[in-house]
Amino acid sequence: MPEDTLMAAPAASSPVCREFTVSELRRTGSESGLASPGGAGPDHSHWLLDLELPEGFPGEDGWTPGQFVMLRPVSWAFEPLWARPFSICMLERGVLRIFFQVVGRGTRAMSALRRGDRVVVWGPLGRGFVVEPETPTLLLAGGIGLAPFIGYARRHPRPDQARLFFGHRPEIAEYPLDLLPKAVVVEASRQTCAEEMACFVGDLERWIAEYAARQGLILACGPHPFLQAVQSLAVKHRARTQLSLENRMACGVGACLGCVTKTTDQALPVKVCTQGPVFWAQDVNLGGAA
Amino acid sequence: MNLAVELAGLRLKNPVLTASGTFGYGVEFAPYGDLTELGGIVVKGLSWEPRAGNPMPRIAETPCGMLNAIGLQNIGARRFVEEKLPLLPWAEVPVIANLYACDVEDFARLAEYLAGQEGVAALEVNISCPNVQAGGVLFGQDPAQAARVTRAVKDRAGTKPVIVKLSPNVTDITAVAKAAGDGGADILALINTLSGMAVDVRTRKPRLANVIGGLSGPAIKPVGLRCVHQVSRAVNLPIIGLGGIASAEDLLEYILVGAWAVQIGTANFLRPDTAFRIAADLPQLLDELGVTSWEEFRGALA
Repeated sequence: MPEDTLMAAPAASSPVCREFTVSELRRTGSESGLASPGGAGPDHSHWLLDLELPEGFPGEDGWTPGQFVMLRPVSWAFEPLWARPFSICMLERGVLRIFFQVVGRGTRAMSALRRGDRVVVWGPLGRGFVVEPETPTLLLAGGIGLAPFIGYARRHPRPDQARLFFGHRPEIAEYPLDLLPKAVVVEASRQTCAEEMACFVGDLERWIAEYAARQGLILACGPHPFLQAVQSLAVKHRARTQLSLENRMACGVGACLGCVTKTTDQALPVKVCTQGPVFWAQDVNLGGAA
Repeated sequence: MNLAVELAGLRLKNPVLTASGTFGYGVEFAPYGDLTELGGIVVKGLSWEPRAGNPMPRIAETPCGMLNAIGLQNIGARRFVEEKLPLLPWAEVPVIANLYACDVEDFARLAEYLAGQEGVAALEVNISCPNVQAGGVLFGQDPAQAARVTRAVKDRAGTKPVIVKLSPNVTDITAVAKAAGDGGADILALINTLSGMAVDVRTRKPRLANVIGGLSGPAIKPVGLRCVHQVSRAVNLPIIGLGGIASAEDLLEYILVGAWAVQIGTANFLRPDTAFRIAADLPQLLDELGVTSWEEFRGALA
């Protein structure tokens, strides 16, 4: 598959590598950190990390929502070894903001960063979501998949055309929905058991069918099973849908070939970091029912 | 001091090369530095036909290292020459093609084609990849086979230097190094990755779909240094050292045990400007150490 045919939205500028300084790190939701009934406890806490934009890093107009950065605190030395990829949540007024959840060693170490710490960042990387100002646009976010949609909605010229359907397991207070423009209609749905999950998938199908009928645009980001479900429903209803994929990455620049995903045309696997992370739903093979 | 180094006719402005499989086709790193500031660029391993590589997951993080079982995914030699090579500043920085094939005749054909390209300065023969079913490290573990493959490539390489990249996954690396020398190798590169494995106790599965992969990164630097040290004393050929190099100081450690130049591998993933930074840091470190020539410093272990 030629690389250009996969292009979602072109990169706004060339990536660069710079050292940033942590200006703020705060935990979202309740300070108590008590385990929620959904199973996401203190070890799955959510954080907003603000980094001061250094000279030479692309600013507000130099990125496309859906793009990501690789981030690696200087203090890590060789342990953990790899940088970690994060969607750009916001890039405004000299601040790069990352919304992340503690899921493993790297993110746990990141949650211990302090103001003034140095962090190596390279980006903006990859290809983001398309923006069609006059098209009714449905944003489907699962959990931490909310992160890129904050930036997307804030940059959208017609946020009233966007609607967010948000599935989550931890408490809603963990998520910084207040960062979304007021014009975006938000509907959230919490899943804490299998029955609620089935109900959620039913809701997903209703929304996808409705936006397909309206010739709308559907954008999705979230855990792999969530994306598999969205892809399957998008294909069923012939909905114009883009998916933002996550995969383990070492470099983020298209060199390590560790993040590849299969395509539907059986060509060479494509790199999620540079040919994605956003793909049209019909182009990638996620191993689901689609 | 003059940083330039010449290995078997391969002229490098400094001893900082990039390692195959960690620097893409070169163009991926152009946003992060000036490619012409490097000593040379070794591109992703090339086969005749495009290869899809191994199933996912095919990388895993380990303490101070990583495992990979990419399986030589690449676009094939022809597409490289048509689409990627013209984008590289090959007139100003040597571009070295890394070759992989399943049999000796294929190696020879590939060598002839790539050596015939004006923008290719040298060939690096990969007889040490642990992640492919056929060929790969099997050629690099048997001295007689290593000599055969090297001879076949050398016979078709014309005037272009032939580098043979050796595996550490052998009992005696000097035996394979000597065999490659007997086969006509102009330069030796060592080491490729160490064969390794990682396991998840929760899923009870290996962390790589391929089960076994190649270990690289700072964790393997002691092994790389040992191998270069041994081979430099056993074989009279210029050596390119690699394995865990992430700083100018690491580079000098390799020179001290006998390397002429080095390749930066996994450290390119740690931050994409690593190779450029090492090249830029080198003059000051040499000044600090009072080193005035490579000849004086190379192999000069106290």
